[in-house]
Amino acid sequence: MTTAEQRLGNAANFVDERIGAAGWVKKSLNKVFPDHWSFMLGEVCMYSFVILLLSGTFLALWFDPSQRDVIYDGVYEPLKGIKMSAAYASTLDISFEIRGGLLMRQIHHWAANIFMAAIVAHLLRVFFTGAFRKPREFNWILGILLLTLGFVEGLFGYSLPDDLLSGTGLRITSAIIQAIPLVGTYVSFFLFGGEFPGVGFLPRIFTLHILLIPGAFLAVITIHVMLVWYQKHTQFPGPGRTEKNVVGHPILPVYMAKAGGFFFIVFGIIAFLSAVASINPIWLYGPYTPGQISAGSQPDWYMGWLDGLVRMSPPLETHAFGHTISWNIMIPALIVPGIVFTGMAFYPFIESWITGDKREHHLLDRPRNVPNRTALGVMSITFVMVALINGGNDIFATNFHLSINEIMWFSRISIFVLPPLAFVITKRLCLSLQRADRDLVLHGLETGRLVRMPSGEFVEVHAPISDQKRFILTSHEQAPALEFSATDARGVKRPGAIKNKVRSRLSKAHAVGLPKVSAEDLKEIEHH
Amino acid sequence: MKRLSRYRRHRAAAPFLLVLALLAIGTTFNVASATVKQSPSSYARTAAIDEGKQIFLKGCSSCHGLNSEGGAIAPSLIGVGAASVDFQVGTGRMPMADMSTQAMRKPPVYNAEQTAALAAYVASLAPGPAIPTDSVLNYERDGNTAEGGELFRNNCAMCHNFAGQGGALTQGKYAPTLMGVEPKYIYEALITGPQSMPVFSDKTVTPAEKLSLIKWIKAAENEPNLGGATMGRIGPVTEGLLAWVLGLGVLIGIAVWLTTKAR
Repeated sequence: MTTAEQRLGNAANFVDERIGAAGWVKKSLNKVFPDHWSFMLGEVCMYSFVILLLSGTFLALWFDPSQRDVIYDGVYEPLKGIKMSAAYASTLDISFEIRGGLLMRQIHHWAANIFMAAIVAHLLRVFFTGAFRKPREFNWILGILLLTLGFVEGLFGYSLPDDLLSGTGLRITSAIIQAIPLVGTYVSFFLFGGEFPGVGFLPRIFTLHILLIPGAFLAVITIHVMLVWYQKHTQFPGPGRTEKNVVGHPILPVYMAKAGGFFFIVFGIIAFLSAVASINPIWLYGPYTPGQISAGSQPDWYMGWLDGLVRMSPPLETHAFGHTISWNIMIPALIVPGIVFTGMAFYPFIESWITGDKREHHLLDRPRNVPNRTALGVMSITFVMVALINGGNDIFATNFHLSINEIMWFSRISIFVLPPLAFVITKRLCLSLQRADRDLVLHGLETGRLVRMPSGEFVEVHAPISDQKRFILTSHEQAPALEFSATDARGVKRPGAIKNKVRSRLSKAHAVGLPKVSAEDLKEIEHH
Repeated sequence: MKRLSRYRRHRAAAPFLLVLALLAIGTTFNVASATVKQSPSSYARTAAIDEGKQIFLKGCSSCHGLNSEGGAIAPSLIGVGAASVDFQVGTGRMPMADMSTQAMRKPPVYNAEQTAALAAYVASLAPGPAIPTDSVLNYERDGNTAEGGELFRNNCAMCHNFAGQGGALTQGKYAPTLMGVEPKYIYEALITGPQSMPVFSDKTVTPAEKLSLIKWIKAAENEPNLGGATMGRIGPVTEGLLAWVLGLGVLIGIAVWLTTKAR
């Protein structure tokens, strides 16, 4: 043993004698993580969150959330002498007078957009591969919670600079709050500290934006990752991969190096974007006053679908007992997102109720092997996409010479027509893909090589696929649909007959699929 | 002399004489019309009105009526003033290429002189806003950028977007971009209110304020791209697209590369 090793050993021993975590660390460092590109989406979320924390701290050092009036006297000439809030003035100062401030602002905003994009992509991966199934339902719900926090945090961040676009967003926020029946106006007055725009909202959301929500984020992310750690990561099916093991690289050295390197790549991409592409040029928007608005005012992309839903809703209002119920805001901005988020959060339990599957799952599904779930996912994406397109209807109208009214009517109809259509098409596609898998296993790969037989017949030569591939294509399980008899053994009608009928119908739809290739099938084909 | 008679019957003689004659007439016309421009007497004004009337009868009267009284598909031009004609014809909006939702900017059909004649004719029908002169349009001297920005956000941004990039109106109509529009046309649009645009009379927005507006629009046009590529200055839609494509798209590409098995 060299002296250097000895010294290191002594130091490690010194620490371990006082902390006593050597055993745990050793065990943890041998933890194995499976390798797949889609497993790194969650890492993108985490790394962009770290970047958000760092850049946000920098911005908070200079930002003044106050709504008091100041006369701008900074370096940006086109706004000189204009009355504005201290919040807006300090954001201008960060952009133009603090060294590196504009870059930091752009890093913070680009990171936020990418953070939300990565969350959505990560969520879709988990959904389509069935990684949310038992025992990971709680972690799925935590993920939905993080997504919701992201929405709120993003909205607050968008609102803080108090430029014309921020204020427009806040105006809509206040309208949505006021649309809550009975208490809406009171809640709005309470939050804004008076009639909109009030004086209290910016300082309040600043505290939430930099303290409470990031704290909640940190706590939930920690639990989210700890649960992945504790429950172990899921893996795609393959030879040697079972429900009881994890195949991959141990944390040290390969995984750690890759993950650590990936952080810097994420940072690099975000920094590059921030250096070359402008985001939210608040100096062009001007300060917010309630009397002004810009054509084409848009929220950040993740709020766009909600904006689109509000834009397509018809003007419905009810006046009763001295109260106004604004269905035109309440349905698209409160009820629909409520249904969407609640449905998402409970989906793992809904699916297991439909399939009757209460077992643990650590092997992922290939999306095509669960056509119903995959179709449901694509249906939801279609719904959000139609709403998102309508959210940008004015931008599409001007840039593609379209009529904004026609886009709105297209969306109003499509929001009901396209999602079911997407469901049906996706389900058929999944079944076709299953059929293709079946053909691949039974007949092998088409080589494109034609051979003439002695009899004169032409045949195409098929090359057999590898055992590994064959395993992957045939290892999934196909559970039969649940069946409930309407009456018990004595012919008496059972309670909950309607519930059972619904359940068995859903279960039947869920279990639709081509029978996978069995050993007998293969034997039969070998006889040919 | 002998030489001339020798070439008299040459093949090229007739075309040569024709070109010579055309050149002579062209030169004479040019000199004559130049003198008209140099001395704007009442006689010349009448001549311009007459010329304008001729152009009007040929190019405009089929929609606007023989006496500019308007019709089912086009408004009356009595009292719209020279400024309106100068804007509509000078920016190529009139004559319209097709009767779609809105006349769009295109290369003008008539040249400056013909446009001036048309404007003189329409102005002669009834008094209306006149074309602003260069001395009126000295926005560099008389305008204030910050005031212009405030006026712009109060009066213009709701249709033309915060950076003057244009925006959508109902039924396929739109507020056009203000980037690259000549100060004269901005001023004329303000005082005449073309198409869906309201009139901003000198009482609502004073001439000095109009110049401030023009100064701010010109400043926005020349605004350096402080934060990097602007992506059209149309707000978060293009930003979101870039975040997905160049941000997450590239990161996914790198993730695929990182997890590729070594061969």
